Amino acid sequence: MSSSATKQEQTAGAGSHQVLTFVLGNETYGVDILRVQEIRGWSAVTKIPHAPSHVLGVLNLRGSIVPIVDLRMRFALERAEYTAITVIIVVSVNSAAGRRDFGVVVDGVSDVVDVNSAEVKPAPELGSRSATDFIRGLVPVSDRMVVLLDIDRLIGSDMAAVAGNAADDALAASAA
Amino acid sequence: MTIDLTQFHDAFFEESFEALDSMEAALLKLDIGAPDKELINTIFRVAHSIKGGSATFGFSDIASFTHSLETLLDELRSGSMQVTLAMSDLLLKSVDVMRAMLRAVQAKQPIDAQRVSDLQFDLELMIAQKNTPAVAVPAPAAAVVPAAAAAPASLATPAGAAAPAASVPSAHSAATADSNQPGWQIVFRPFRELFARGNDPLRMMRELADLGELTVTVNADSLPPLSKLDPLQCHLAWTLQLRGDVSEEAIRQVFEWTEGDCELEIRAIGADADSAASTTLTEAAAEALLTAPGLLTAPAMPAAPAAQPADEASKPEAVAPAAHAAAAKEATVATLDSGSIRVSVEKIDELMNTVGELVITQAMLSQLGTTIEGATAEKLRSGLGQLERNMRELQETVMRVRMLPITFVFSRFPRMVRDLAQRLGKQIDLKLTGEQTELDKTVLEKIGDPLVHLVRNSVDHGIETPEARVAAGKPAAGTVHLDASHRGGNIAVEVSDDGAGLDKDRILAKARARNLVGPNDSLTDEQIYDLIFVPGFSTAEKTTDVSGRGVGMDVVRRNVKELGGKIELRTERGKGSRFIITLPLTLAIVDGQSVAVGTETYIVPLISIVESMQLKTSNVSRLSGRGEVFSFRGDYLPIIRLHELYGIEPRARNLQDGLIVVAEGDGRRVGLFVDDLLGQQQVVIKSLEANYGQVEGVSGATILGDGSVALILDVPGIIRAASLRAAA
Repeated sequence: MSSSATKQEQTAGAGSHQVLTFVLGNETYGVDILRVQEIRGWSAVTKIPHAPSHVLGVLNLRGSIVPIVDLRMRFALERAEYTAITVIIVVSVNSAAGRRDFGVVVDGVSDVVDVNSAEVKPAPELGSRSATDFIRGLVPVSDRMVVLLDIDRLIGSDMAAVAGNAADDALAASAA
Repeated sequence: MTIDLTQFHDAFFEESFEALDSMEAALLKLDIGAPDKELINTIFRVAHSIKGGSATFGFSDIASFTHSLETLLDELRSGSMQVTLAMSDLLLKSVDVMRAMLRAVQAKQPIDAQRVSDLQFDLELMIAQKNTPAVAVPAPAAAVVPAAAAAPASLATPAGAAAPAASVPSAHSAATADSNQPGWQIVFRPFRELFARGNDPLRMMRELADLGELTVTVNADSLPPLSKLDPLQCHLAWTLQLRGDVSEEAIRQVFEWTEGDCELEIRAIGADADSAASTTLTEAAAEALLTAPGLLTAPAMPAAPAAQPADEASKPEAVAPAAHAAAAKEATVATLDSGSIRVSVEKIDELMNTVGELVITQAMLSQLGTTIEGATAEKLRSGLGQLERNMRELQETVMRVRMLPITFVFSRFPRMVRDLAQRLGKQIDLKLTGEQTELDKTVLEKIGDPLVHLVRNSVDHGIETPEARVAAGKPAAGTVHLDASHRGGNIAVEVSDDGAGLDKDRILAKARARNLVGPNDSLTDEQIYDLIFVPGFSTAEKTTDVSGRGVGMDVVRRNVKELGGKIELRTERGKGSRFIITLPLTLAIVDGQSVAVGTETYIVPLISIVESMQLKTSNVSRLSGRGEVFSFRGDYLPIIRLHELYGIEPRARNLQDGLIVVAEGDGRRVGLFVDDLLGQQQVVIKSLEANYGQVEGVSGATILGDGSVALILDVPGIIRAASLRAAA
């Protein structure tokens, strides 16, 4: 049973899967299409106190409160103005605390492409490991390099930090 | 074919727990000496259905224990044993043990076997102590009556019936062995699902055999060939003749549990009945069966129809219609009972969420509707108005689905108070009022523990010993009163007693001794009583296993706070004390005041708002290094500027340009400085934690009419955060 499951995973891994690509500055990034919940236009967010600077705030996504992360700020890129054509991709992230929905602000959505797993190259070691930790690999798509993101690592680790902070705060408060 | 029984486990546990609650309630109502028959029946039914269920699911420990319990109850039911105080204690303990066993099985944990076997021993001891020895079921019956097992056993039956011992000998029939006595003919045709309901025909027939002389004839007409036989279904029917002085009621009682699972005809037969003929016929049928062993489908039934005409002649058929009428009546009752369905809480929550969404969408549309011009605009607006009314109704209805009467919490107290009072040697009357007051299930679940603490405290510390009460000129029995009532959008739950009340001086002395209060501080009464909510504070002179360890009141207050409620204490020395818990009706909705800070909107729960005011310069003073304070009714309250706390660019920096919301949390008051007040509204609370995390000073979020998100402020959290900042 378990061996067949592993085999299935391997075949899936060996085959191709679809990736949603989007543009951020001069780079093209990709996320697994199965993680994408929805793509929506920009609307004003509600700020959350004491949030990391790249967490812009929260939005109402059909009744649930969804945090919005600015990937430009997360990747320390130059900040862009939010306009009517700014796009939010809502993705679901698996974290230690279970499934969570997040919105990421990107410059624009490009395309859905098939990616052959065999063509995915590992990310090069660039200085500290944590800087490239969230990159699942690089893949060439029609003479451009697409950076495949591991959103669980990219955002999940952020949120672990947020939860950790909250816990620390609570601890400090109770100690006081 | 296998049936996955685990799918029924949840329902079994749920029903069993509910049944145990009703058994406990019935036990508490049971009068010593003169027990109400109906109550005993209720108790018996619970034990019986738990036994049946647990046996079906293979929880043999529970089944075995409940069997002993059932035996004892049976003695009570038949009146051969009297209800004593010791017995009612034992039965109450049994309820606890059954509950513990069920919980253990539910959690897939080992059962505390020692506790179970101890109590089971006690139960059996009590049965054994009965004056008359227990009537043992005669062994031959087992050979005669078909086992629940299935087909092959049915072969043994006619064989047994054919033998001279066709009538089952029993304690009763031994004395009245005359087969020409008047009696009853019972045609028992169970439905296929009989076994699934935990009924065992063998047992029932043994019981019948105890009542009189029993002749059993099996009808295996509908028995399928062995290859198609489903052993989980009952394919057999029986015709029974019971001779002796037996009331119809006694017979019906044996079949009580098969109600709705079988066709049952009970007919009286006269003394002159042709028992000889019927015996011969039975014998003939049996012989036919015996001579053709492979013939499982042999018609053994002809015996019955043949015997029937004679019966009808001897006795008018009045009995049968009466029985039918009774059955019909029972059926009506059953239909009425099933006027409710079990729905999982998740489904209701989903429904609530969806309705919440609809409300928001409707609010958006209404807002849009006001801006539309044109010929049809008026029609649109009236339609939207109608929609709004319907929405409100829908929301209220859905909300009410989650509401349960508080009696679900109150019902545990009679037992608890009784046990505690017994242990402490006190006389206590427990008064419950307002039990039908409804509140949200989530609130209901969380209010139980705090109430237990309060009631325990009242019983242990509040109510004095009977001697002390009499000496103080009070009735020997103290009263603990639990009351629930609606007050506006809140529910108030009161726990009051007519005991000793709180000793102000002792609390103060204790607080001084523990350095909670400086030696020269003068406190108001309110502040003194507030000390009992400090963690670790107890004025009890000796710690008992009931209370006095000083954990409790702080937990009570914290729990109540977590529910968005508050707790007040009124007490008078020598007269008693009264705890009043005010709770919101539901956790899903909060009454809030929207406030504006810069471009952001926040919701401040109304329950934490004392008042809102505009400040005059003369009211404000600046303390060096400790921020700003303002005078409010003789007190100086710190000012918390929300825009500073949240790092927002405000519209008003000058205290005179904005407004102060005086808010209360954790017993402290502060002034929250905001730009403007926007309006009051009920908001649906949404979790921030679901996708993000906990945020200090924010208890949740909500969606405003325009679809944007507003954060709901957690005032105690803000006060804590601000005082931390001030300290830093």
